[in-house]
Amino acid sequence: MSHAGAVAVSARQPMPGMGVYNQKLGMWVFLLSEVMFFTSLIGSYIILRFAQPEAFAAPGEVLNVPLTALNTFILICSSVTMVKAFAAIELGNQKALRLWLLATIALGVVFLSIQGIEYYKLAHEGFVPMADSYAAVGRDGVGPVLGAPVYGFTFYTMTGFHGAHVTIGVLCLMFTTWRAFRGAYTAESHGGVEIMGLYWHFVDLVWIILFTIVYLI
Amino acid sequence: METTRKQPNYVMVWAGLAALTVVEVLVAFIAALPKEILIVILIALAVWKALLVAMYYMHLRFEPLRLALMAASPLPLAAILVLAVLAEKF
Repeated sequence: MSHAGAVAVSARQPMPGMGVYNQKLGMWVFLLSEVMFFTSLIGSYIILRFAQPEAFAAPGEVLNVPLTALNTFILICSSVTMVKAFAAIELGNQKALRLWLLATIALGVVFLSIQGIEYYKLAHEGFVPMADSYAAVGRDGVGPVLGAPVYGFTFYTMTGFHGAHVTIGVLCLMFTTWRAFRGAYTAESHGGVEIMGLYWHFVDLVWIILFTIVYLI
Repeated sequence: METTRKQPNYVMVWAGLAALTVVEVLVAFIAALPKEILIVILIALAVWKALLVAMYYMHLRFEPLRLALMAASPLPLAAILVLAVLAEKF
C-alpha cells in the first residue's frame, strides 16, 4: 500500500543502536510497557469472566454495541487524521499539519463525549462499577439482566483506563497543535508529531482489542 | 545524506479498518456460528486490524527490523499470560 507522494528522509546524524532517534525509542519502550499493562487487565478480565460467566451479559444485552461501533469508527478516523498530519509535515505542509491535528483533537473529543454519554446512560440504568446487583431494565425493556458487580467493575476498569489514555492523548495533542501553530515543526524536524502519533495510534490499537473483547465476545 | 521512501496510502488502510469493523459487528450479531468459532474469528479480525495500525500508521513496516522485533517482544509474553489464564478453563 504505497502512495505516489515520496518524502525525503534525512539522516542528519548517524543513529546507532536501534536505528531511530532517542525520543522515538523512548516512546516505543513506554508503549511496550503499556502493552503489558493492558494485557494484565485483559488477563484479569478473562479470569473473572470464566469464574463467574453468569455475571456477564451476552453481547448487546446491556452494552450499546451500535453506539460503540460508531465510536470505534471515530477513533479509527482520528488515527487517519493523525497520520495525515505526520504525512503533511513530512512534506513540509504546515497548513495541512495544523488542520489534521485540529481534526484529530476534535475526533478525540467526540470519542470521549460518546463514551461519557454511554457511561451516563449505563449508570442511569443502574449499571455502575460497585453495585451489589444490576437490576435495571435492559435497553429492549425486557430486563432485569445481571446480578453481580464484577461485570460492571471490569467494564469500567478496562474502558475507563483506555478513556484516561485518550484524555491524556487529547491534552498532548493540544500541546502539539499549539507548537505546530508556532511553527515548531518542519519537514526536517518533526519528531514531536511522530512521537505524538505513535501514542495516539497505540491508543487506537488498544481500543480495537478492547472493543472485541468487552463488547463483541 | 538523504534517502527517499514512499508514503503508504493511509486512506486505503483507513478504509480497510472501517470495513473490518463492520465485518466484526456483522459476524458477532448475524452469523449463526458456534461460540468458540465466533471468538476465534472475532479475535483474528481484531488482530488483523491491530496489525494494520501497527504496520502502516505506526510505520513498523518501514522501521529497522531490530525496532520491529523490539516492538514485538512483549507479544509472546502477552500470549503466554492470556493462554495460561485460558488454560484454567480447560
